[in-house]
Order: sequence, then structure tokens, then C-alpha cells
Amino acid sequence: MARNGCGLVRQRRETYHQAVITIVDYDAGNPTSVQRALSAVGAASRISADPDHVLHADRVIFPGVGHAQSAMAVLEERGLDQALREAFARGTPILGVCVGAQLSLTRSEEGDTACLGLVPGLVRRFPPLPSELKVPHMGWNRIELSGLSGPEHRHPLFQGLPEQNEFYFVHSYYLEPSDPECVLATSVHGLRFAAAFACANLAAVQFHPEKSGPLGLALLDRFTRWSPTC
Amino acid sequence: MLTKRVISCLDVRDGKLAKSIQFQGTIDIGDPVEKAREYYEAGLDELVFYDITASHEGRGIMLEVVRRVAEQVFIPFSVGGGLKSASDGGRVIEAGAEKVNYNSGAVERPEVLSEAARAFGVQAVVLSMDVLRTTPTLQVPSGFEVVTHGGRQRRGLDAIEWARQAEQLGAGEIVVNSIDADGTRQGYDVELTRQIADAVSLPVIASGGGGTCEHLREVLQQGHADAALVASMLHYGSHTVAEIKSYLSQQGLAIRSSPPAFVSTRAK
Repeated sequence: MARNGCGLVRQRRETYHQAVITIVDYDAGNPTSVQRALSAVGAASRISADPDHVLHADRVIFPGVGHAQSAMAVLEERGLDQALREAFARGTPILGVCVGAQLSLTRSEEGDTACLGLVPGLVRRFPPLPSELKVPHMGWNRIELSGLSGPEHRHPLFQGLPEQNEFYFVHSYYLEPSDPECVLATSVHGLRFAAAFACANLAAVQFHPEKSGPLGLALLDRFTRWSPTC
Repeated sequence: MLTKRVISCLDVRDGKLAKSIQFQGTIDIGDPVEKAREYYEAGLDELVFYDITASHEGRGIMLEVVRRVAEQVFIPFSVGGGLKSASDGGRVIEAGAEKVNYNSGAVERPEVLSEAARAFGVQAVVLSMDVLRTTPTLQVPSGFEVVTHGGRQRRGLDAIEWARQAEQLGAGEIVVNSIDADGTRQGYDVELTRQIADAVSLPVIASGGGGTCEHLREVLQQGHADAALVASMLHYGSHTVAEIKSYLSQQGLAIRSSPPAFVSTRAK
């Protein structure tokens, strides 16, 4: 199957309601929350720990809460690491959420863990912050879209996002993709960090769209229709 | 910048919504799932459910409530009430809650906080404490004493010290509920909240006594709270989520906006 297969993507789009979205299950957090949010936007999904279900999915959501090192260990044990790399290489739209987003990068300072390396970048621990700024960064924070502001320049996942917005975050480590060009949105907690990035058919968000109310549901909804550009 | 959170607390007994007044008696005021959905749609930031059921059967009903809430409400929520172990917590997390809330169970066996933190991460472990103002003693030097069993049992435990200890053990957040203020609608205990917020580096949720929007402002600013818990103000309809949030926002606090409900554009 060719990467950047535009015809394929178009065909998928027309039959999206039958498309299979696989939510990767690797004992990190609660994939059911993501599944419930997808149901709320009318998209069927399956939660699976089977690498074949990742390889043959039309879309993949790679969620997660927990420690990077133990999460990577489970991915490897189940062969899900290779499946995710292959799915990425063949152009399957993938959404990484929180620890899933972090594990898509090269390396995490959490347990000095080698991650999947789908996109070059590091996951860093928040440095000591003034006492009123707590770590984990937990709660509702605003995201600011990066780059050119006109709607025609926006990434499809953030079409229609109001300037006044908040998403729900829970994390002690933050995303730092090597290429600043791929950062879609940033947020501020003591320092400015990447709240979302995208590279080809991978999009990744540090916040939890499944817990971010109507704006989070809208983002998941757009992911279920997203055709990464050729 | 993180926003200050407005949280509502729903007491659930045998699957029904109840509201206690100074821990003396409760009245049933409706369906918790319906109420949770209503508040979610109105733009509330988070929910707390306390299971005040005594019976074993009631516990099963509570898990069913949690599952139904999780299907309809896409904001974080915690569940507490009678939880004693990490496996009690595991059941509510599995049913769909983000966080587990320990109160008496942690006073009786503080290690449960560490066990829960190991199992779910500190971000998922909330310590709730009910606090009574007393005359300062050697045992309770701050004059804020932890009580349990709905306020009926005094524990000879200093609230400030307990907060510090809970942080060390693995709590990720603390709900400070003033027994004196609870149900009075005369304002939060700002002094108590501030002392605890300043003693720990965890987010602190002020609880008990909220009656006006100004009470929330006071405890969020002067009380150094990260969030304020409201119950009767919303449950009895004297205020709406939108009124509270717009007041706080006008007073210069960072508050989450209330986006309109998600409407699917998907072709049926």
C-alpha cells in the first residue's frame, strides 16, 4: 500500500462511517474514555492490543496516561511498537494523545526512555517553576495556534477553533519536536511548550480531547475525517 | 495560564442525588446523571461525586452511575465516598472516573494514598478532608482538626499537618471541606483554605460554604485555592454556571470559557 495514496484516502473518506478506528490498548490509562468520546461524535471504534488491528486500521488513536518507560515496555512486549511504526509508514492517520503523543517522539526524560521515534524530538520534564505553578500541569489551559493565522493555513484538526479556548491537560513532561515548523499549537505553563504537533499522517496533542468538553469532541470529530495531505 | 476551576459536588445515595446540610440529614434532589450532564453542558469545569450510600448494593448502583456519567460528560470527574483501598479506586477508574477521592479511608490507613498513586499516578489521587475549627492544642496546633464519618468523629489530627503528609504519600490534589461552613452559604473558610494551600504545592479545592459568586472570588484569590466547589448554589438554582463564571472572569480571574455544545455535522 503506497504512502500518500490519495485515491485511497478519498475512498476512505466517503465510507468513513464504516471505517475502523483502532484505539491502542497498552495498559496505559483508560482507552474507554476515548472510545466513549468517539461514540459521542458518532464514530465507531475498537480498543485493541493486537498489532494486526493497528496495522489494518483505517485510523489509529494512540492514547495514554502513565510512565513513559513502563508504557514503552508494554508496547514492545505486545509488538505494538512495530505495528505503530508500520502504520505510520504506510500513511494511516494517527492521533497521539498525552503519553501517546510523547511516545511518538524520539526520547523521553521520564526514565530516560527510548520512544518510537516516529517524529524527531524530545520529551522534557518541566523545570522547577515558581511555587504558584504546580507540576503536574493539571487543569484547563488555553492553546494558541502557531504560524499563519488565516483559516486557509490552519491544520484540519484545528479548523473552527475559537481564539478563546481551553483544553484539559494533565502532565509533568512536555513535547519538544525537533522541527519547530511542525508545532501546531502552544500553551504556557511557566514556559511555552508544544500543545500539539503534526507531521505527515501523525497528529499529536498533549491535552486530553476526550476530557476537554465540546472543543475536544470537535477535535476528535475532525480527526475521524482527516485526510493527511499528499 | 491555567484557569481557576469551578467544580460541583454531587452527593449520591442509592443512585439518587442528595444534598446534605451541615452533615445532618439529607434530602433527595434528583438524578445525578441528568444533573451532571446539565452542568457539563452549562460549562462546568469538573465534577466530584460522593457516594454517601451505606449499603453494599448501593455501591454497585454507584458504579453504574459513574459509567452513565462517563458516557455523556466529557470533562474530568472524581468519585469518592467510602473508598478504602487501591482496588476500590480501581473500580471507579475502570467505570470511567479520572480521579479517586479518599477521605476517612486515608485517615484510617494513610498508605492507601501511596498505593493508589502507584496504581493510577498522583494526578488521579485526591485527598478530601473534612475540617472542624477547634481550640488549638498540642495535638492540633493550628486549631483546624480533621474529622471523619460525616463530621461525627474527631481524629485529633491537625489539618495542616495532614495535608503535608498526604502530599508526601502521593496525593495529587486536596479538597478542603469546612464542616463549620458547609451548607451555611455564608462563605468558604478562607483562612483554613489559605493555610493549607500555602503548606503544600498541590492544587487545593475549597469546599463548604459557597453562597454567592463573591464567596468564590474571595477563596480563589485570598484563600489561594485553585478551584472552588459549589453545591447548593447550583443545585437549588439560585445561580447558574454561566453567572458564576462570568462574575469571576469580570473580577480578573482566569476562567475557562463555556463553548457551545458539540453538534455533529456527520451525515446520518
